[in-house]
Amino acid sequence: MDAPRNKNAYPKGRQVDREARAEVRSLIGDAPRNRDLLIEFLHLIQDGYGHLSARHLAALAQEMKLSQAEVYETASFYHHFDIVKEGETEPAEITVRVCDGIACEMAGATRLYSGLSDEIGNTARVVKVPCVGGCFAAPVAVVGKKQVHEAEISTVAKALSDGDTTPGLPDAEPLNEYRAAGGYAALEKLKNGGLSGADLIDELEAADLRGMGGAGFPTARKWRFLEGTAKPRVLAVNADEGEPGTFKDRFCFETEPHKVLDGALIAAAVIEAEDIYIYLRDEYPHIHALLEREIEAVTKEGLAEGVRIHLRRGAGAYICGEESGMLESIEGKRGLPRNRPPYPAQSGLFGRPTLINNVETLYWVADIARNGSRWYLDEGRPHLFSVSGRVRRPGVVKAPSGVTVRQLIDEHCGGMAEGHRFKAYLPGGASGGILPASKDDLALDFGVLEEFGCFVGSAAVVIFSEQDQIRDVVLNLLRFFADESCGQCTPCRVGCEKMVKLLERDRWDQPLMDDLSLAMREASICGLGQAAPNPVQSAFRFFEGEIG
Amino acid sequence: MTEGVKFLLDGAEVEARPDETIWQVAHRHGNELPHLCYLHEPGYRGDGNCRACMVDIEGERVLSASCIRKPEPGMQVSTNSERASKAREMVIELLLADQDEPQAEFKRWVDEMGVVESRFPAGEPVAPDSSHPAIAVDLGRCIQCNLCVRACQEVQANDVIGMAHRGFDSAIVFDMGDPMGDSSCVACGECVQVCPTNALLPAGVELEDGEVAADKVVDSVCPYCGVGCQVRFHVKDNKIVQVDGRDGPANQNRLCVKGRFGMDYADHPHRLTTPLIRRDGVPKTADPRFDPENPLATFREASWEEALDLAASGLKKILDEQGPKGLAGFGSAKGSNEEAYLVQKLVRTGFKTNSVDHCTRLCHASSVAALLETIGSGAVTAPVVECLNSDLIVVIGADPTGNHPVAATFIKNAATNGAELVVIDPRRRNLANYASHYLQFKAGSDVALLNALLNVIVTEELYDRQYVEAHTEGFDEIARHVKAFPPEKMEGICGVDADTLRTVARKIAGARAAMIFWGMGIAQHVHGTDNARCLISLALLCGHVGRPGAGLHPLRGQNNVQGASDAGLIPMMYPDYRLVTHEDAREKFEAFWDTELNRETGLTVVEITEAIHDGDIRGVYVMGENPAMSDPDSRHTRAALAKLEHLVVQDIFMTETAAFADVILPASAWPEKDGTVTNTDRRVQMGRKALEMPGDARQDWWIIQEIANRLGLNWNYGHPRDVHEEMRHCMPSMEHISWERLEREEAVTYPCEAEDQPGHEVIFGDGFPTESTRGRFVPADVLPPDETPDEDYPLILTTGRLLEHWHTGAITRRASKLDALEPEATVQISPEDMENLGIEPGGRVRMTTRRGAVELAARREPGMPQGLVFMPFCYQEAAANILTNSALDPFGKIPELKFSAVRVEPA
Repeated sequence: MDAPRNKNAYPKGRQVDREARAEVRSLIGDAPRNRDLLIEFLHLIQDGYGHLSARHLAALAQEMKLSQAEVYETASFYHHFDIVKEGETEPAEITVRVCDGIACEMAGATRLYSGLSDEIGNTARVVKVPCVGGCFAAPVAVVGKKQVHEAEISTVAKALSDGDTTPGLPDAEPLNEYRAAGGYAALEKLKNGGLSGADLIDELEAADLRGMGGAGFPTARKWRFLEGTAKPRVLAVNADEGEPGTFKDRFCFETEPHKVLDGALIAAAVIEAEDIYIYLRDEYPHIHALLEREIEAVTKEGLAEGVRIHLRRGAGAYICGEESGMLESIEGKRGLPRNRPPYPAQSGLFGRPTLINNVETLYWVADIARNGSRWYLDEGRPHLFSVSGRVRRPGVVKAPSGVTVRQLIDEHCGGMAEGHRFKAYLPGGASGGILPASKDDLALDFGVLEEFGCFVGSAAVVIFSEQDQIRDVVLNLLRFFADESCGQCTPCRVGCEKMVKLLERDRWDQPLMDDLSLAMREASICGLGQAAPNPVQSAFRFFEGEIG
Repeated sequence: MTEGVKFLLDGAEVEARPDETIWQVAHRHGNELPHLCYLHEPGYRGDGNCRACMVDIEGERVLSASCIRKPEPGMQVSTNSERASKAREMVIELLLADQDEPQAEFKRWVDEMGVVESRFPAGEPVAPDSSHPAIAVDLGRCIQCNLCVRACQEVQANDVIGMAHRGFDSAIVFDMGDPMGDSSCVACGECVQVCPTNALLPAGVELEDGEVAADKVVDSVCPYCGVGCQVRFHVKDNKIVQVDGRDGPANQNRLCVKGRFGMDYADHPHRLTTPLIRRDGVPKTADPRFDPENPLATFREASWEEALDLAASGLKKILDEQGPKGLAGFGSAKGSNEEAYLVQKLVRTGFKTNSVDHCTRLCHASSVAALLETIGSGAVTAPVVECLNSDLIVVIGADPTGNHPVAATFIKNAATNGAELVVIDPRRRNLANYASHYLQFKAGSDVALLNALLNVIVTEELYDRQYVEAHTEGFDEIARHVKAFPPEKMEGICGVDADTLRTVARKIAGARAAMIFWGMGIAQHVHGTDNARCLISLALLCGHVGRPGAGLHPLRGQNNVQGASDAGLIPMMYPDYRLVTHEDAREKFEAFWDTELNRETGLTVVEITEAIHDGDIRGVYVMGENPAMSDPDSRHTRAALAKLEHLVVQDIFMTETAAFADVILPASAWPEKDGTVTNTDRRVQMGRKALEMPGDARQDWWIIQEIANRLGLNWNYGHPRDVHEEMRHCMPSMEHISWERLEREEAVTYPCEAEDQPGHEVIFGDGFPTESTRGRFVPADVLPPDETPDEDYPLILTTGRLLEHWHTGAITRRASKLDALEPEATVQISPEDMENLGIEPGGRVRMTTRRGAVELAARREPGMPQGLVFMPFCYQEAAANILTNSALDPFGKIPELKFSAVRVEPA
C-alpha cells in the first residue's frame, strides 16, 4: 500500500485478490476453517512460499472469516513467520538460523554468525535465533529445517550448497518393540477395567511424581483437579521446551516417543479427555514428522480409540512453553499467558477443563504405570537433566532427583572440558538464576534452591568456567527474555527492555535494578517476567566482585 | 454464586456483589485504584495487562491485578502494602520513561501517584501517523494497554485494530500495520474515546493540560440515524471540537463516524444566516446550474419581517383562491418531536389540509402500513439491544453497519456471543462475516424467499402452535396460501438453494427467541408492504414477538422518523396514528385544536409531486426536507418544484430544493436547539442546545409559529417544552414522559405507565392493539418489480446510503471529516460486471435509465452480486434519484427506490 487508497476505485482497506484466494484455498484444501487452525495454515503458506505475503494473509483472513488485523496479530507474533508487505523484498529462499542461546554463545555463536553473514549472506538469509535445543552440540546453526551440530562456517556452507535442509527421522523405538516390552499394557488395563483411574493417580502420588516442565507441581494433584469438572475435557501436552539449555523432551521423543504417547493416552483415559493436543516446538521438525507417523500407527492399532490426537506446531515463541500461553497458541492466537484464576483445570483450552502435562512428565507416567511407584522411588525419582556448557560430554543425563552439579559434571559428563575450571552454573536454564561453583553440593531438586533465589525448573544445567564473564551471561539471558517477552504486561514488556539497557551500562545501578526486579517479580502476569530478574539478582548476590 | 462474597479489604470487611472484581468493590468503597488498561464502562472487560492496579492478597506469592481478580470468601486484600504500592509506582515510572509528556488519563495517574520523573532510559521515538482525516495517531504515546483493540474488536466489532508483534516491539496496528487512512477503519472513534494517553485523538484538536480544550460540555442526542445515540458535545468558541458517546440505553457510550466526527456542519460557511427572497424575474429552472455558495445571484437578502410576511401571504393567497387542496407541507424527521408536531398542526389547522408528509414515505411507510394492518402498531416491538437476549437474529434488506452502525455493533456482539445470525441481502456487507447463514438472494425476490420460509414452517409443522392459537388470526388462510411456495419452486426465483431455505426456516422456527431486523431493502419496493407482511407472518408463526430476545424491528432511518410519524407528520393520520377519516379522531382533534379539520386523507410525498404537475397544488411549505434530492425521478420532482407558484423553504443550507424557493427562512441546526426526539426503539430522548445560531438564523419552532400566526392561528409557545406539554395532552404515547422527566432521565421509552416507572421495552407479550387483540396473518403474492431489466437497461440499480453520508448529503457533505472520507460520487459494481463492461476501478461511467443519466466513478465492490449496481443518493453532482423509478407500493405509497433497470457504460 504505497500510495494512499484511491477512494473512487475500491472500498476501504486492502482488497483481496482472486488469485491469492485460490492459492490459499489450494493449500488448505478442505480443512475446516476453524480459528484454532490459523497458525497451522500460516505454516502451510510459509512453507509453501517461503514467506507470508500480505496478499496471502488478506486472502486467508477472508477465507477464515477473520479480520486482517486478527491474522496479522498472530502472524507477526511468531518468529518463524516472515511477513512481506506490498513493496517489500522477499527473504532468500533458505534461512540459516544461528542459535545464540547461552551454550551456543559460549561455543562461539557470535563469531559463527558474523562469519556466516559474510560468507553466505548473499545466498541465504542469516539470522540469530534463541535456543534451538541443540546445546549438547553447540554451536548450532539451522539450515532450512535441518540442524548442523558443532557448526562451522564450512559445514554450514556445505549443507546450504548441498541443499541439505530437511532433517531425517530419528531412529526411535518403534511401536511394535515398545508394545513387546510391555508398553501400552497399562492403558489397555485402564480401558478394560483392569485398572482404575483413581488407583493410577494414587500410584503417581505414591511415586511423588512432579511436573517436569519446570514448576514441579505434584502430578497426581493436578490430575485430580479435573475430577467433577464439566465435559468435554482436554489434555494438552506441552512439547514446547524452549528454556535455554533444555533438550530433554527432544531426547524423550527421539528415543522413546511411544512412552510419551502412552503416558498421554493414559492421562486422557484417566481424566476422560476427548482430545489430546500435542503442542510441539517448531524447532523440532524431525520430531513432528516422527510423531505424525507414530500417531497414525497408534491410531491404526486402536490404542487411541475415543480420543482425537491433534499435533500442533509452535512457530518460534518461547512464551508458548508457558502453559496458558500455549493454550492461546493452540487456539490460533498470539501466545499471551492468561491471568489466573481461572486455572486451566477450570477453564483451559477453548474454555474447557484442561490438563496440561509436560512431555517428560508423561514419559515417567508411562514408566510408573508399567513398573509401579516403588520402582520409581527405588530409582531415586529419576529426572532428565540437560547438561551443557563447559563439560567434556554434554547431553541428557538420567539421574536421581537431588543429584548435585558436582556429580553431574564428574560422574555423568566426563568432567570439565579441556582447559576449563568450574566457576558457576545455571541450575534451571535462563530463568533459574545463577549459582557459584561454591554451591556445587546443593541437591538439584524442586524446593531446594529457592533460598538462594534460584530453582531447578526444567533441569537445564549450564556449566560456566573461569573463561566466562558473569556480566556477559546475565546480558545474554536478559536479552533472551526481552526478545521473548510476549509484551502483554508492563513490568515484563518494558521491564526487560529497560533492564537490558541498564545492564549495557558500564556501571550497574543496583537500587534501580532492585526496584525494577521487584516490580517484575511481583507484578508480571507469568513466570517469564517474574523470573527474568533472577540472573541479575544472582549476579548481585554471588558475583558482586565481577560486575562493578 | 449469586450471594455476595465477604472478604477483608484493607482490614475492613466488605461484601462483593456477584461478579464484582476487587477493583470494583474498592471503587464502590471510595478507593479508586490506579487503572490504565481497565475502563470502568459497559462493554469493557478487565484485561489485567497494565499492572497499575496491583493488590496484595494474603498468602499469595505474587501480587494480583484487582481489575480482573474476583474476591473469594475470607480473602485478605491489601491495597496499600508496601510491595503493592511500590509495584504500582514502578509500573507508572516504567511507562513514563517512553513518554514525552504524559497526557489524559495517564497524566492523571502520574500526577496522583506523584511520580515526578522516570529513572529509566527512553526507548526509540515513533513517528506519528496523520493519514486519516478524522483521527490523529501518535503511537509514541501508546502504552500497549490494548483498550483500543478491545474497543475495535470486542465492543464495536469493527475488527480493524490489532496488537501485533511481541515484547517491547508490540504495537497497535490497523489491519496489517497499514497507515490508518489506508486501512479498513470505519472511524467510529471508539478507540479515541477510550485511549488513556491521547495516542489516538480527534484530528486537529487543540490540547490544554493534556485534554482537548473546551469551554463547556453539553449532553444531547446524535442527529443522524434512528439509533439515537446519546452524545456529549465539547464546545470551544461556539464550535463543537469533540463528541463523546454517553451511556445511553441505545448506545452504551458507542458512536459511529457521523456522530463522532460529523458535527462541524453547523459551522459550515454555507449556513443560511439571513432570510432570502427570490429576485424578481429569476426563473425557477428544472436543472439549475446553481451555486449554493453564491445564492445572491438568485435571491436577495430580506428582513425576517418581510420574508415571513411574504411566505405567509403567498400561502394565504393560494388558500383563498384554491382552497386547502392547493397547499401541502413537508416536515422533517431530522427535527424534534415538537417541531414535527408544529408543522403538521400548521398544515392541518392553518392550511386546512391533511397533505402533510415527510421522508417516512420514502422510508418505512410500507413497513408501517403492514404493521398497522397486522399487529395494530407501527413501531418496533423490541429495542435493538434486545438482540443480546436472542439466540437467533435475522437481518434482511438492511445494511446496519453502514446505516445504523451502533445498532450493528450490538448485533455483531450478539453473534460473537453465540447467537445465530441470518443475513439476507443481495449486497454482501461486513455483517455477513458474522453470519452463520448469509443468503445472497436476487434483488426484488423478497416475497418468493420469505414465502418459501413460511412454507417450510407450515408444511413441516414447525410453527408455535400454542402461540398461533392464542395470539393470531388468519392462520388457515396463510397456511393454505404458502403451500404454493415450496423452496424447491422458489429457489429459481430467489437464487437461494432449497436446502439453505429449509435449513434457515428450521433454525428460525426452532429458535428460542428471535429478532427480525429489516430496512429499506424490504420497504422500498412496489411490494414493500407485502415484504413486511411476510416478515410479520414469520414472527407470528414462530411466536417471536413480545418476549425477551424476540421481536420485530424495522430499523428507522432518521434520528426522529419515529417521533415525526408519532407526531402526525403523515397525511392519513393525526398524532399517534389516529386516522383522519375516523370521525372520533377528527372530533377529538377539532376540539383539542379548537378548529374545523379537513375530512379527507391528504396526499403523500410522491402524490404531491403529481398533484403539482396536475396543477392542483400550487403552494408548498418545506421544513428541513430535500425532495429535489430524496424523491425518485428527480427531474420530474424538480420540474414540479419549479412549477410551484409559491415555495417556502425553511432550512439550514441552500439545498437543491431551496434553489427553487420563493422565500428561504434560515433555521437552526440540531446542536443549536432544545427538543426531544424518538429513536427506533420508541425511546424519547432529550436534545440540548450547545451552540449559538449563526447570523440571523432562528429557531425552527419560532419560524413555524410566526407563519402560523400570520395565517391567523394565534399561537403563543415560548419554548419547545410548551409544545411538548401540549403533545402530552393529545398523544397517549407521550403520557408520563414530561419534559422535566426527560431533562432528568435523558431517555424514557413509551408506552410508559407511570411517571416513576420505566417504559416497556418489549411489548405485545399478551396480545396486540388490534380490535381482536390478535395479530393477523396477511398473505402476499410474488409480484415482479415495476421495471425489470431488458436489453437496453440490462442491470439493476439499487440505491441507499454510505456510512459517512446521511440522506441527501445536505449535512454530511458539509461535515469536513465525513466529506474528506467519502468525497466523491461512486457507483459500486461487482468485479465481474466491471470486467464484462470494460470498466477500470475508479474509471468514469455513464449510467442511464428511462428517466435520466448521470456520470460518476465506478468502484469495484466484491460484495456486489453480478447484475446489481449500487449508488448512494447523497451526491448532488451525480444524483441517484435522477435515475430511480417513482412507481409506488399501493399500500404504503413508497416508491421503488431499490430497483430500477439501468445501463452502465464507460463514459
